[in-house]
Amino acid sequence: MNDFLNALTPDNLGYLMQGLWITVAVSVLSIVVSFILGSVIGIVMFEKIPYFSSLVGTLNNIVRNLPLLLIIFFTYFALPQIGIRLPVFWSTVVAMSFFEAAMLSEIIRGGLDSIDKGQFEGARSTGMSNRQTMMYIILPQAYKKMIPPLISQLISLVKDTSLASGIVLADLTFRGQVVYAQNSHYIVPILVFMTFCYFIANYLLSLLAKRLDRRLA
Amino acid sequence: MEKNKKRLFGITASILLVLILIVAGFWAANRAHENRMHQDTLARVEKTKTINWGVKTDTKLFGLVNTKTGQSEGFDVDLAKALTKQIGKQLNMKLTATFTPVNASSKVQLLKNTNIDGVAAVMTITKERAKIVDFTDPYFPAGNSLLVKKDSGIQSIKDLNDPSKTILIALGTTAADTVKKEAPKAKVLALQDYASAMQALKAGQGQAIVTDNAILYGLVTENPDYHVVGGIMGYAPYGIAFDHNQPGMVKESNEALAALKKNGTYNALIRKWFGQVQGLDVSQLEVTQ
Amino acid sequence: MTIFNHYSSLFYSGFGYTLLASLIALVASLVLGTLFALLQLSKKRLWSGLGNAYVQFFRNVPLLIITLFFYLAVAKVIKMTGFVAGTVALSLYTSAFIAESVRAGILSIDKGQMEGALANGLSYGQAMRVIVLPQAFKVAIPSLGNQFINLVKNSSILAFVGGLDLMYQGNLVAASSFDTFTSYIIVGIFYLVLTLPLSYGMQYLEERLQGNR
Repeated sequence: MNDFLNALTPDNLGYLMQGLWITVAVSVLSIVVSFILGSVIGIVMFEKIPYFSSLVGTLNNIVRNLPLLLIIFFTYFALPQIGIRLPVFWSTVVAMSFFEAAMLSEIIRGGLDSIDKGQFEGARSTGMSNRQTMMYIILPQAYKKMIPPLISQLISLVKDTSLASGIVLADLTFRGQVVYAQNSHYIVPILVFMTFCYFIANYLLSLLAKRLDRRLA
Repeated sequence: MEKNKKRLFGITASILLVLILIVAGFWAANRAHENRMHQDTLARVEKTKTINWGVKTDTKLFGLVNTKTGQSEGFDVDLAKALTKQIGKQLNMKLTATFTPVNASSKVQLLKNTNIDGVAAVMTITKERAKIVDFTDPYFPAGNSLLVKKDSGIQSIKDLNDPSKTILIALGTTAADTVKKEAPKAKVLALQDYASAMQALKAGQGQAIVTDNAILYGLVTENPDYHVVGGIMGYAPYGIAFDHNQPGMVKESNEALAALKKNGTYNALIRKWFGQVQGLDVSQLEVTQ
Repeated sequence: MTIFNHYSSLFYSGFGYTLLASLIALVASLVLGTLFALLQLSKKRLWSGLGNAYVQFFRNVPLLIITLFFYLAVAKVIKMTGFVAGTVALSLYTSAFIAESVRAGILSIDKGQMEGALANGLSYGQAMRVIVLPQAFKVAIPSLGNQFINLVKNSSILAFVGGLDLMYQGNLVAASSFDTFTSYIIVGIFYLVLTLPLSYGMQYLEERLQGNR
């Protein structure tokens, strides 16, 4: 217990909380970008445009089947070799968005596939254009159906930001490692504290998901 | 008709995408080739008027983040600051030192990618590493030492050269060779890391820990009942690293390091960071002119 | 290509460790996951609460933190290498996701089947084992498949604790060969050799199962 109090001095706690803020910022930015990009890729795959959809699908599959850690390292360590030099924060956001877009697109395509084809014809017969049908009729329904898998993917995203500590992004995980370097007695207290932070953040997300799900269903 | 249109669109878009990918591939290969060409660190430093140093965030006494300021503090950091100032003097310009946190796996990569100009991060000079990076002259006389309980009466590793004694080491360090050479009769217990070796020492599973003196100084600061003895065995000093083939930068740094040793700055920094370490005779680390 | 030839033994050994960790974690997480799925569905409040707590915990905490916990804290009490610590953490973490898949599979089976089996004189355990679980696994195949792909990808966490896996070796090669770009692309190809067949196999199975319906 004493170790807990010693480890979580006001200075250390403040330092960790700034890390939590970075974790949240990376998560939110990545969620927004990957959601938009993932929707576009998901729609392309759903539309079954000859050749194009399967080409995009194959590329998407390759990204989806790589470890995120590899993509993060690649973005930060390898891209500078071809002159693309991003600061560690943006490097993480780019890598996470790229990978998560591939994961989300698969969920979004599945959601679109599950919508009854009759809806298209119905909407079109009332004089709506293809794009309008997609925007106002199909996508909102598809998103509703996709809420549970989308939220669990978003929870994964928040957890996965911890991997960026490997490229020295000063997020919660990295800062935790810095704090327990002060004293080896702090290892357990700090790990417990970090677990608590991530758990609360994600648990709130999953409660929100349940709420949304119930309201929309 | 609609179907044909979609088909046409699909084919055009696919060809475009493939073309973009191929062009991007060639461009990347070309850029990689250009980037692998030599970049002079000293010229970059003179142009930007800054030296960006890679420093540790989790190593006590050398580079540990102060959670109040968020900046690394330690001997490495202070020495890098002093070197920057001295090199600036030599070049007749005012240089600023900036710091980037690195870990064991990222320090060389960042150096190669020119994200940082130099590394001052408890880096042992080895032949293997010298093939990839350029080292300055040694800046810290690291080597293996003993950590023992203050009241144990142990003074050197010779006191442990006995089958009834157990020496604790951390896996994958040079300590194993030192023990084999200096105390071949003693038992050896290898543990996962320094923290667990410390735990084992406290639990009486062995009489001493043998490892890098720099690490032991850090352990002593949290365990005041123990002290470091036995001098420095298996000399394996730390050096400052630059990208490969940087004679200009290495020459300026070596001159600066020599100047700092001569004007007393170096010894002052040694005393500042290691003067408080229990049982350490700082004069071991200081340079005499 | 010269990089691959020069360091091929490192890549192969890393690939071996990644494969080994994935296989061990696959078996362990399948067993643990099924067990916790059954716990979650238990009628006894205590058991189901325990099962839920386990699943919620591991689903909401980063794998890296769990791995560090085993490597830094548990390893002080029980001696283990980074490879072992990483594989144990990977197994526990994945088992929570497998529990969810299996639980959903069991819930999708018509309750009448369980009741029928019980009426025919089978015990609860027998009915579960012989009648319900085989069908539940069949239903859960697509989502289990996804979890296994995730498992292989997540095994890269071993690189953080010196687990000798593909990612770890890839970092070493990248650092010592200058050519980070090529090194990481080779690592990526090795991972794809494992995950792409799994992924396409799953797609094929899923389509066939849908066709049958």
